[in-house]
Amino acid sequence: MTTVKPDAGVRRAMLSQMIFIRAFEDRLAELAPQKDALPGMQILATGQEAVAVGVMAPLGSEDVIITNHRSHGHLLARGADPETLMAEIMGRATGVNRGKSGTLHLIVPQVNALMTSTVVGAGPPMAVGAAFAQQYREEKAITVVFFGDGAAAEGSVHEAMNLAAIWKLPLLFVCENNCWAGAQSLAEHCAVGNIAARASAYGMPGQLVDGNNPDEVLEAASQLAGHCREGRGPALMEAFTYRLRGHGEHDRQHYVDPEELALWKAKDPVTTYGVKLTEEGVVAVQDIESMEREAGKRVDEAVAFGQSSPFPKPEEALEHVWVESPWGTP
Amino acid sequence: MAKMTMVQAINLALMQEMEKDDGVMVLGEDVGKDGGVFRVTDNLMDKFGPERVMDTPLAESGIAGFSIGMALHGLKPVCEMQFSGFSYFAMHQLEAHAARLRGRSLGRFHVPMVLRAPYGGGVRALEHHSESREAYFAHTPGLKMVIPSTPRNARALLVSAIRDPDPVIFFEPKALYRAFREEVPEDEETLPIGKSRIAREGKDVTVISYGATLHSVMEAAEKLEEEDGVQVEVIDLLTISPLDDELFSESARRTGRVVVAHEAPRSFGAGAEVIARLVEKSFLYLEAPVRRVTGFDIVIPLYQREMDYLPGVNRVMQGVRETLDF
Repeated sequence: MTTVKPDAGVRRAMLSQMIFIRAFEDRLAELAPQKDALPGMQILATGQEAVAVGVMAPLGSEDVIITNHRSHGHLLARGADPETLMAEIMGRATGVNRGKSGTLHLIVPQVNALMTSTVVGAGPPMAVGAAFAQQYREEKAITVVFFGDGAAAEGSVHEAMNLAAIWKLPLLFVCENNCWAGAQSLAEHCAVGNIAARASAYGMPGQLVDGNNPDEVLEAASQLAGHCREGRGPALMEAFTYRLRGHGEHDRQHYVDPEELALWKAKDPVTTYGVKLTEEGVVAVQDIESMEREAGKRVDEAVAFGQSSPFPKPEEALEHVWVESPWGTP
Repeated sequence: MAKMTMVQAINLALMQEMEKDDGVMVLGEDVGKDGGVFRVTDNLMDKFGPERVMDTPLAESGIAGFSIGMALHGLKPVCEMQFSGFSYFAMHQLEAHAARLRGRSLGRFHVPMVLRAPYGGGVRALEHHSESREAYFAHTPGLKMVIPSTPRNARALLVSAIRDPDPVIFFEPKALYRAFREEVPEDEETLPIGKSRIAREGKDVTVISYGATLHSVMEAAEKLEEEDGVQVEVIDLLTISPLDDELFSESARRTGRVVVAHEAPRSFGAGAEVIARLVEKSFLYLEAPVRRVTGFDIVIPLYQREMDYLPGVNRVMQGVRETLDF
């Protein structure tokens, strides 16, 4: 099994990406309540940035990812262009899906992000298909599918794990356990809160990691991705983390115990990783300040790009239903 | 040319497409070593191995989702639902993903998959094993819905469906699986999806149908000619969606009288859409209200009453006579 111990450069890059993802999503949070700024509900992964960067770090460009409704961090960590991503979230014609997908259904072919789905639990069966195709074509690539603890209650996730294990597919299941499914706490919606333990039911390796620690996520992801890549079948990683901003920006989080929330805010991965790397001498305080300035600038540029872009033309809504438009040329 | 049943003809299509293209995969419950409930996939596993003919667990949502993933990654999966009535578990994957990914990705990704399922009544099976719910799929933008009516057109349409770059739901009228044989050429043959055909020419009245019901209509047409001297034109839709409204509209303008026949429940069925198109395109040519001869708005009954439910020869004849008498 190949294990990549992150070197200083990788760790600095992870911190920088986490700072950028946070800045990107904080800006979405600012824009969300403004009238007509963003179509649809903004679902942010604030507090879960370490999972995104830690899982993506050991992947190769040919690997495939399938993600869920809380996808901005995954896509940015994977290398998606922030300007066209922001424009898409704003529903603009310059968006990566020309304003057809919005925040919940982003597809970024440039980084092999086959699909994001707002339908909870929908991704894993498709990931089985993609991993099958990789195995059948004898590619060295693997598929990584993200889902939450909420999705772990869906029957489709069981169907996917069972078949991936039977067929020994190169598929890494990444469960981001953020302790909430809507307004249901882990204890309320999950009989056994340890999702990784389910791996043994499918005869695949399962590993529970601290999802707020990018080093630990990276190390586990690297090991488990290696397991998949070596043709030894699927694996399951559970990254235990916390949903700091509620299900979506509309969520008042009135059901959340304030003490619990405060406890997790103190473990905010962006802050704690910065402190850790500073203490270990990997970065200086000025480096972090410069990463934050740079992130702010890039987010400004992305927002300006999106806001100055036109909306799609009405007739574009009739395109791409089938290979030929059933309506004829609009 | 060999005379084949529909089962053999569909099997031929799968065999030949798998030979031609190593990206074509067959998957489903017991499609491999058992050859499928109706033996449609017989011998495929022997010939192409378990890497390409895959017995899956009992997981319909999974099977559809696995197929979408394969299709997104460049393969051409042909998955089977044992009966169309079991496909509703898969509906979510089909309507929320297979049907939408081309649009969401602006054509960068597409889903060239086929979902095959035996559908329809007439074999004395219960409920989910006998129903005809093609409207669910036809109502979903992005899915294509194909229903063949003979061995030869089943083979040709399935080849087209496998090669089609979009998701195709392929409903096989199970009552016709072994009902009769037809000459099917060994050489490749395709039929365009989205085109219907004239199954019988006539000048007095047009009957529009598809699937197993088409054969009741054909028999009714013969009897009406013998008994009443009426010449019935029969249109076989073949594709439910995208619907070819040119051919039947042209026929309706010639005859001025139309009956639509299908075994699916009456309300919101394919017939309703056909009639809506006729009203839009040919209203001023119609000399009588368009009549529907269909199943009823109920769950298909057990076999004692199944033949009352299905639009058989007598009901079709009655519908045609009422239309002509108007």
